[in-house]
Amino acid sequence: MSKEKTWKEVSIAAIASKSSVGFLTGDWKTYMPKHDTEKCTNCLVCAMLCPEGAIHFRPEHNKVEFNDNFCKGCGICANECPVKAIVMKMPEEEK
Amino acid sequence: MSTQEWKFTAKDIAAKPDLFLSGHRACAGCGPATVLRLIMKATRGPTIVTQATGCMEIVGSIYPYTSWALPWLHTAFETAAANASGIEAALKIMRKKGKIKDEHVDVIALAGDGGTYDIGLQALSGAVERGHDFLFVLYDNEGYMNTGIQRSSSTPIGASTTTSPAGSVIPGKLEKKKPITDIMLAHGMEYVATATPYYWKDLLSKVRKGLEVDGPAFLHVFSPCPRGWRSEPAKTMEYSKLAVESCVFPLWEAVNGNRQLSTPSKVIALAPQKKKSLKDYLEGQGRFRHLFTPQNNHIVDEIQQATDERWQKLLRQCQTSQP
Amino acid sequence: MAQQQIKQTILAMNGDEAIAYAVKQCDVDVVAAYPITPQTIIVEKFSEYVANGEVQTQYVCTESEHSAITACIAAGATGARTFTASASAGLALMHEMLFVTSGARVPVVLAVANRALSAPLNIHGDHSDSMAERDSGWLHIYAENAQEAYDSIIQAFKIAEDVDVSLPIFIGVDGFTISHTLERVDTLPEDVVRRFIGTRSFPMVLTHEGKTVPFKLDPANPMTMGPNALQNFYYEFKRQQEEGMRNAYKKIQEVNSEYAKLSGRSYGNGLIDPYKLDDAEIAIIVIGSTAGTLKVIVDQLRTEGIKAGILRIRTFRPFPVDEIKNALRNLKAVAVMDKSMSPGGLGAAVFSEVRNALYDAAHRPIIVSYIFGLGGRDSSPNDLRRIYDDLARIAKSGQAEKTVTYFGLRE
Repeated sequence: MSKEKTWKEVSIAAIASKSSVGFLTGDWKTYMPKHDTEKCTNCLVCAMLCPEGAIHFRPEHNKVEFNDNFCKGCGICANECPVKAIVMKMPEEEK
Repeated sequence: MSTQEWKFTAKDIAAKPDLFLSGHRACAGCGPATVLRLIMKATRGPTIVTQATGCMEIVGSIYPYTSWALPWLHTAFETAAANASGIEAALKIMRKKGKIKDEHVDVIALAGDGGTYDIGLQALSGAVERGHDFLFVLYDNEGYMNTGIQRSSSTPIGASTTTSPAGSVIPGKLEKKKPITDIMLAHGMEYVATATPYYWKDLLSKVRKGLEVDGPAFLHVFSPCPRGWRSEPAKTMEYSKLAVESCVFPLWEAVNGNRQLSTPSKVIALAPQKKKSLKDYLEGQGRFRHLFTPQNNHIVDEIQQATDERWQKLLRQCQTSQP
Repeated sequence: MAQQQIKQTILAMNGDEAIAYAVKQCDVDVVAAYPITPQTIIVEKFSEYVANGEVQTQYVCTESEHSAITACIAAGATGARTFTASASAGLALMHEMLFVTSGARVPVVLAVANRALSAPLNIHGDHSDSMAERDSGWLHIYAENAQEAYDSIIQAFKIAEDVDVSLPIFIGVDGFTISHTLERVDTLPEDVVRRFIGTRSFPMVLTHEGKTVPFKLDPANPMTMGPNALQNFYYEFKRQQEEGMRNAYKKIQEVNSEYAKLSGRSYGNGLIDPYKLDDAEIAIIVIGSTAGTLKVIVDQLRTEGIKAGILRIRTFRPFPVDEIKNALRNLKAVAVMDKSMSPGGLGAAVFSEVRNALYDAAHRPIIVSYIFGLGGRDSSPNDLRRIYDDLARIAKSGQAEKTVTYFGLRE
């Protein structure tokens, strides 16, 4: 509490002072997407349908990247991947 | 509306930075979150967004954080269209007076079904009648999910919610879903359309068309809610697709009142054997679970019949409205 | 006092027309409003200005008062100077959004032609409507006549838009008594008014992009307005809002004296407007047009050797506690007249506030409450004189028989 801003310091009318890209939601998940780059055709359906904006296409590497910091593990990407290049796994299963 | 159609690929869209940012606090598998991300990808220049109170307003604006990379205003639940009216009026006059930069600014109003069908309907009707230049996007998850899954006038018949619970006497909601797009069309709007995120390309191009209209435009986006529908988060987009395939939520657009089926629904119109059964859509959703009992089975049949009748009516409307 | 160098134009206008005329002179960007008696003349008159191209204003004829105030909030948030007007049920319909306006720190100016609330339905003047919005976070100023209504609207923009205030403001005029009564109004030239209030300025705010920019919706400098603030922050914002009120306390006085230099007209110190109070033993405290009638009575009483006075409260929010304490320090008995009720409470709004303000004063007069004028019930000068008679008895005996009197009621 004491570290938070006082009424004199907060912005007028609660204008937001931080972007939510600093609020990581990646630790919400139980399952995480495991992406098979061999199977992936870069159709980007996963990137289009992800509610979190956690799937990005990297043109420089010509591949899809998953941002673990925001992925909530919903599994939409795995469910919708037309070539089944994504499967949802528990982190320990992956190891 | 512009005569030049907006052409884009998935890579084009992926390359556009998100304007509804990561780090929002929507539930895992939230349909409306995808909807907002995609809508903002279809903006074409300077844009101001205003939003009604609701799940998607809360999850993106918990102080001190914001998920909005665009200027954004929230005032109350029933006020999305009145906000848009004020913003648009201010932009228009201040531009004329040289108080702001001489450029067009798009205004997008976002509201859920509660903020559109119910508490926000009066303000929406007023703003459309006055002809303000804005795009109103209804993200419809068929209930008051933010307050804990209560029925709205968008909740479909038969659905169990916390204020239309399936009990031993009453089998969920007894009333039909309000035909909101018919109501908006009756205002004589230049552009009214339906969309759903599974058909993301269709959604994006409709957002762009709505923005291009010089006046009010209305976009009804069917947005599955795994929490409220008691469905698997992974299947959000599957239900988005099934709603179209079963003709529960056909996709169409109406330019100056002329309704035309959009491709995903046109495919079904041309090959009716592709139409899925209502059961395929209802079955996995916990909100309809009570319908799959011997005593309530007839309700499924009745909803199927009503869905078919609505689809047939739409087909006739699309035919007769062809120029 | 003022140097009357500026040529003023004398016009015959009722209170509503005077308000519309002032708004016209203030270069307002957006007016969003909905008709309701006794405010309607304001929006009718303003519509004529729009129709005749006399103003550069976007006029939004909303489908309700709720949307009218909302459109003003949104337009104000976008950087526009905004105005609306309402009364009674219309103001009550705005209730939810009035709190949003002040919390969002949007300096909307709202003229209230004060009117009774239903039920039973009644279109006539009393203060039930705006007193019910006492805690909505708006500045409240009540005018005594059409001239003051005109002057107060001009002052209102300067006060509300001050970056240290940034709060919305009501200008109250008594329904019909002021709104519909033709009076002489001295008006300033338009360029003088515009120079006096200037263009809108904005507080600077640090956004999520790390930029410090003017507080408004601007695609070049995106900001998130109207977010959720939970248990960890809400309270801080409410306290910050209170600071705007405290700054307004000073600003209202400053603007009152600056305006006096320009126009030759001032209203007390802007907060309170005393009349023959310095040596008074008994006085009536009142808001609005009744003060005008009371002046005639006080003048008469003075000729009879009765030391009577008036304290008109012009600014009800922020409430001028110190000024009132000071003004009442030598009095023996005071009646507070309220044109509203607080059912089940002790007296009504103004009475409660005045009595509360005096609780820790070294010297307190006896303070009694007179409820009057509800639903436009008229009080003649002869009727009102009886209150001073009561006060004289109370002052003499040193005690009041009853605290609350329903004045002018058939009992």
